[in-house]
Amino acid sequence: MLAYLIRRLINAVITLLVVTAVTFGIFFAIPKAIGSDPALLYIGKQSDPAAIAGISAKMGFDDPIVVQYGKFLKGIVAGRDYANGPDVTHCPAPCLGYSFATDQEVTPLLLEDLPVTLSLALGAAVLWVILGVATGVLSALRRGTFVDRAAMTTALAGVSLPIYFTGLLASAIFVYWLEWLPQGNYVPFTENPGEWFTSLILPWITLAFLFAATYARLTRANMLETLGEDYVRTARAKGLRERTVIGKHALRSGLTPLVTVFGLDLGALLGGAVLTESVFNLRGLGYQALTAIRQSDLPIILGVTLIAAFFIVFANLVVDLVYGWIDPRVRLA
Amino acid sequence: MSIGATNPRPYLEIKDLNVRFETDDGIVQAVSDSNFTLERGKTLGIVGESGSGKSVTSLAILGLHRARSNAKVTGEVWLDDEELVSATDEQVRKLRGGKMAMIFQDPLSAMHPYFTVGSQIVEAYRVHHPGVNKKVARERAIDMLARVGIPQPERRFNDYAHQFSGGMRQRAMIAMALVNDPKLLIADEPTTALDVTVQAQILDLIRDLQEEFGSAVIMITHDLGVVAELADDVLVMYGGKVIEKGPALDVFQNPQHPYTWGLLGSMPRLDRDVRERLSPVKGSPPSLINLPNGCAFHPRCPYAGRNGDRSFTEVPLLRGDTHKVACHLSQEDRTQIFQQEVLPNL
Repeated sequence: MLAYLIRRLINAVITLLVVTAVTFGIFFAIPKAIGSDPALLYIGKQSDPAAIAGISAKMGFDDPIVVQYGKFLKGIVAGRDYANGPDVTHCPAPCLGYSFATDQEVTPLLLEDLPVTLSLALGAAVLWVILGVATGVLSALRRGTFVDRAAMTTALAGVSLPIYFTGLLASAIFVYWLEWLPQGNYVPFTENPGEWFTSLILPWITLAFLFAATYARLTRANMLETLGEDYVRTARAKGLRERTVIGKHALRSGLTPLVTVFGLDLGALLGGAVLTESVFNLRGLGYQALTAIRQSDLPIILGVTLIAAFFIVFANLVVDLVYGWIDPRVRLA
Repeated sequence: MSIGATNPRPYLEIKDLNVRFETDDGIVQAVSDSNFTLERGKTLGIVGESGSGKSVTSLAILGLHRARSNAKVTGEVWLDDEELVSATDEQVRKLRGGKMAMIFQDPLSAMHPYFTVGSQIVEAYRVHHPGVNKKVARERAIDMLARVGIPQPERRFNDYAHQFSGGMRQRAMIAMALVNDPKLLIADEPTTALDVTVQAQILDLIRDLQEEFGSAVIMITHDLGVVAELADDVLVMYGGKVIEKGPALDVFQNPQHPYTWGLLGSMPRLDRDVRERLSPVKGSPPSLINLPNGCAFHPRCPYAGRNGDRSFTEVPLLRGDTHKVACHLSQEDRTQIFQQEVLPNL
């Protein structure tokens, strides 16, 4: 088990290295290849050649790409100093560089956005798992009935409708028409838990609706398959109550495949829910990434990508460990 | 308990049992007008090829079709003077795994992969003994595992089904079925998934346990050797119907239905020349959605035309005293064909 864990951790680190290398390569090598200068992006409209050369030297844009990448990695692990002669700026670990647009350190900037994305993703996840699984199980148990058909039609709509449609529609109804929810922006949990909750209700519902739809369909399909398994028949043949047969024997294996999907979905969302954050004006990682892309703010894009990759790799690892815990056949394999 | 003291009902009595499934392709008539009885301490063998209605019959006795919304079961199933087809779900559930239990064909898929074998046996015991605490139930389960011949039962209790060998798994399955001392035990092809050497052990085990508990046993199989070894009575099913039934010895020594002859002819035998080919029953099993007119077996029966057109138009009734057969051939014809054409080739 320990050996397995170590092997998986090494794998995870390698994956992250590859992701950073590729992203770094794309964002730093390509401008150079097409003749655009990152220093120019950094310094903005100012065109004093001496200033540009100074920035280039300080930020290390003159170094070969491999050296730059090496310094970038070192910065993450141990922090780094940006130096141009006597002009030294220290960036503590984990250093992701400085924003081209605002000259702010990237790491604290992203850490500031992370709680927004975390709140959005985790809250929505709780909602969509409960909603999706309950709907899916009900549909499977009432297969072919009106309930099943209605649920699956709704689910199809949920999968098909884009966030910016459902999100805006929900805002129009609940904020502007019914006025049940306040207009306004994200409020940190630490500031006011109540307002934090009300500020996130609509984003949660909108995001959860999309995912719940997928989960409902997936749960229904898995449950139908599991209900046809021999061991479910055995459970009934033993004289177990129907709720034990469904709730214990069928659900346990019917939901297992969802663990994989859930891990990956949540991992991906933690890297930023771009659409939802944009629609609801939530300043999370996705919003930050979108702004950064518009401004060609490479260090921020790189930082968000790295965080997103980290969450996906981490989620994958957790999924595999959870799988081993759920399914004893995996544990021993 | 019994209705008439002079004529008590058999321990298990199946009357006019019909099982239908409504599917997208049409109505599947899986079992038609099935009738048979079984006493405690006796073994009934049900034989027939896949899709003949053997398993569907046994699942109907246990009321396991109730979970399928497209299944329709009619007729009567009397177990110990209680009618089960008309009983409530809850009444039947309480009997399931208690008074009547079932051993399934493939113990690997029939056991839950995520729960230990021991916990599944404990669960089976406690649902019928709600007052019993976990420790007592655990002891009972270990005791049962030991009883069915599983070495080191305390240790194996915590293993999962996939950690057992095929034979051990089937033993564990039997332990689970017998944990509540069922009076009716249905074994659905209990040895099909096992090695030949293990098959014999499992059959011996079922026989020993039957003697110990005095259970009535229904042995469902397509292996006539198994039936010959264990059964007191035999039921031959074809296309969802009982086409021959009688005392096992009688059916084997003097089989009456051409399909039964076919089954006997398709059994491999060690005392025959290996170069000789087996003679399987020609053709394929009938569609249960659209059974052939007349005798369901007529498209595969070499003797179908012997008595005029009756085989093609008229469903033969199950007739006879203790040894019954559903065939349009006359008794004389059957005896003659069996003696002259079938027996020399067996």
